[in-house]
Amino acid sequence: MASESVFDEMGGVEGDPRQIYAEVAQWFRQASPDLIANRKAEAEAFFRRIGITFAVYGDEQGAERIIPFDILPRILSNGEWIRLSEGLEQRVRALNAFIGDVYGAREIVRAGIVPEDLILSNPAFRPEMTRIKPTAGIYSHIAGVDLVRTGPDEFYVLEDNARTPSGVSYMMENREAMLRLFPELFGKLRIKPVDQYPDELLATLRSVAPSSASREPTVVVMTPGPFNSAYYEHSFLADRMGVELVEGRDLFVRSNVVYMRTTEGPQRVDVIYRRVDDEFLDPLAFRPDSTLGVPGLMSAYKAGNVTISNAVGTGVADDKAVYSYMPEIVKFYTGKDAILSNVPTWRCREPEALAHVLAHIGELVVKEVNGSGGYGMLVGPHATKAQRESFAAKVRNNPSNYIAQPTLALSTVPCYVEEGLAPRHVDLRPFVLSGADKVRIVPGGLTRVALKKGSLVVNSSQGGGTKDTWVIEDGAPRASQSQSQKAGA
Amino acid sequence: MLARTADNLYWLSRYVERAESLARILDVALRLATLPSAYAGTSNEWESAIDIAVCRDDFFRHYDVANQANVTQFIIAGPDNPSSIRACIEVARQNARAVRTAITTEMWEILNDAWNEMQRLRFQSFTSKDLTKFLAFVREVSLRFDGAAYRTMLRTDHYWFQRLGMLLERADNTARLLDVKYHVVLPETEPVGGGLDYFQWSALLRAVSALNSFHLIYRGGIKPWLVADFLILKPEQPRSLISSYETLNRVLDLLAERYGRQGPSQRLARQTYSQLQNLDIDTLFQTGLHEFLEQFIADNNRLGLAINDQYLQ
Repeated sequence: MASESVFDEMGGVEGDPRQIYAEVAQWFRQASPDLIANRKAEAEAFFRRIGITFAVYGDEQGAERIIPFDILPRILSNGEWIRLSEGLEQRVRALNAFIGDVYGAREIVRAGIVPEDLILSNPAFRPEMTRIKPTAGIYSHIAGVDLVRTGPDEFYVLEDNARTPSGVSYMMENREAMLRLFPELFGKLRIKPVDQYPDELLATLRSVAPSSASREPTVVVMTPGPFNSAYYEHSFLADRMGVELVEGRDLFVRSNVVYMRTTEGPQRVDVIYRRVDDEFLDPLAFRPDSTLGVPGLMSAYKAGNVTISNAVGTGVADDKAVYSYMPEIVKFYTGKDAILSNVPTWRCREPEALAHVLAHIGELVVKEVNGSGGYGMLVGPHATKAQRESFAAKVRNNPSNYIAQPTLALSTVPCYVEEGLAPRHVDLRPFVLSGADKVRIVPGGLTRVALKKGSLVVNSSQGGGTKDTWVIEDGAPRASQSQSQKAGA
Repeated sequence: MLARTADNLYWLSRYVERAESLARILDVALRLATLPSAYAGTSNEWESAIDIAVCRDDFFRHYDVANQANVTQFIIAGPDNPSSIRACIEVARQNARAVRTAITTEMWEILNDAWNEMQRLRFQSFTSKDLTKFLAFVREVSLRFDGAAYRTMLRTDHYWFQRLGMLLERADNTARLLDVKYHVVLPETEPVGGGLDYFQWSALLRAVSALNSFHLIYRGGIKPWLVADFLILKPEQPRSLISSYETLNRVLDLLAERYGRQGPSQRLARQTYSQLQNLDIDTLFQTGLHEFLEQFIADNNRLGLAINDQYLQ
């Protein structure tokens, strides 16, 4: 992974395509510039329409914040996907076990694997949760695990999102757009569908309803409201699941039971898929100034009369310091080695690691444990000598506040940019659903692209875009469909 | 269905209907203002517009004189007028946005486009021509919105709450228009039905898009009691009070059937409707038109409160 050459998942813009991309590469390379332009325009029209809805939901000014979409799909083989999904399931099971342990017996602390202060000093740690046992011991029902790739068989987890990961609506809309744009490719390749996601989400949420709920538990999606930037996704999911989209003021608690106000009177609510952060959930338990929450919600939760999804306090499992322990955490709870690798991480709190980091600071990315958004971070190879030295001094001063990682050569996939087709770095966020009955993962996930040349930053706020992610069966294309190739191209 | 969703749908339609009514009120005033005073009477049509739009206090807090410039400015986009046409469209759009998935794309687009258009318009520099065009635009927004709702919404409680808001607002506006016409516009000394208010009546009918249909039904000249009969008691006239209540009753019954429960709303609506059914215009004039309309407006408000209590919270 320290290699300098970058792995292109298609096999480059020009060269022999990797086998899994053969059909797609052929289509795109044979297509005339006019045809490409045409499909791009179609995609834009589609997303502008969707985009209007984004503005509708998200933006007071009606200014269209459409996330750029690239029409060349990102492809994984079924074999690759099976390995990834096994790894994802294992990792998320371990995450859930870890959260339960953190709020329970803390065996992992007693075993000397994770230091207790790492848990207790974590701002996302919620002491209330030590007295609450969620249904089936599951805390993070919906987890987003960010993956990067550096070679044909080298995948790494970059980050776990155990709180309220977003982006799944993009995954579904990207597929919707591609189905319209490239029916000929869908006819030929066995692309695994993703549109069952809302059904699987609903099944997951129902499976963790409290035992006091009726046989047909009432599920709702809870949003901070139309001014939240992800409001579109909230209403999209409620709509597709066929459940109500509620705000805090639509709910109330009486005798430790949660009700929503309906035109037919109060109706009991059993499961709340909330897209509201912990500290705003209940003004009686957390921030008293929160107007987004429901007074008394936590006591209904404690009484076991409602499931909050994801559970309160899951943030204790997804910060950078805990991340560095994930290989040990997976091993501790599953008894097996982690299938998915972590990016190797040096914890500067450990003297040997500190010595290594200080000696190699020019090659490493050094991050603050609780920093985010690129603050408090040194990218060694891009820093001046002076910057390195002053940062090294800070690390020496307070080692336990820092971790370090090697700079990764992230894989690329060709994208249509202004200059034409060019390689751009990508990551992947699959969504892992953990229910009382089983773990469900829709094949693929959201592929994010750093559209700026050479950039590794895929965040939409920093010029990132998205691609549809295809998981396709290995082997020959469907024989019976071979006629459609001529007609389509 | 969430009470908040029903509330949004209900108010959304009320505000669209209100915007249309305000445009119609200005239309009447504009038309009357173009008449020589010998035909239009001594009253101030701009002041009466303010009275129908129930914003007299707010208006005179900001302006000394009720003239065309001030009144149109205030009713269209008065900065401190919470029920200006612009405010109505804005609030309607806000409500629509909050229940985006409960209305159809067609309905949303009409409101969103209207709102965008409002942002673009420079009301301060309106000429009379701009004004006429604008009022036609507002009426068209409401017509299109209503048509979109009628043609694209599923016939579920979503649709019924949308209708309830529209009907309640419409009944209120028709009653107000008539009431002000009778007791504010007409000078004390002028007997109702005197020659000079002919143009006022025709302007009023025109304002509710009912001039042609009036002639179809009555075949004679425009008489004030016939206009009142037309706008209060004729089921054929879709803006009439009785027609609004006929539909209100039907919609409330559908809701009661769906929810398996009757309530104060159904009772109140039925009372008002049967009262209207048992009235004839002569009795109505004997007991006093103004008293009747005042009572009606109060009853209509009470129904609004009952709907609010029963369904919207």
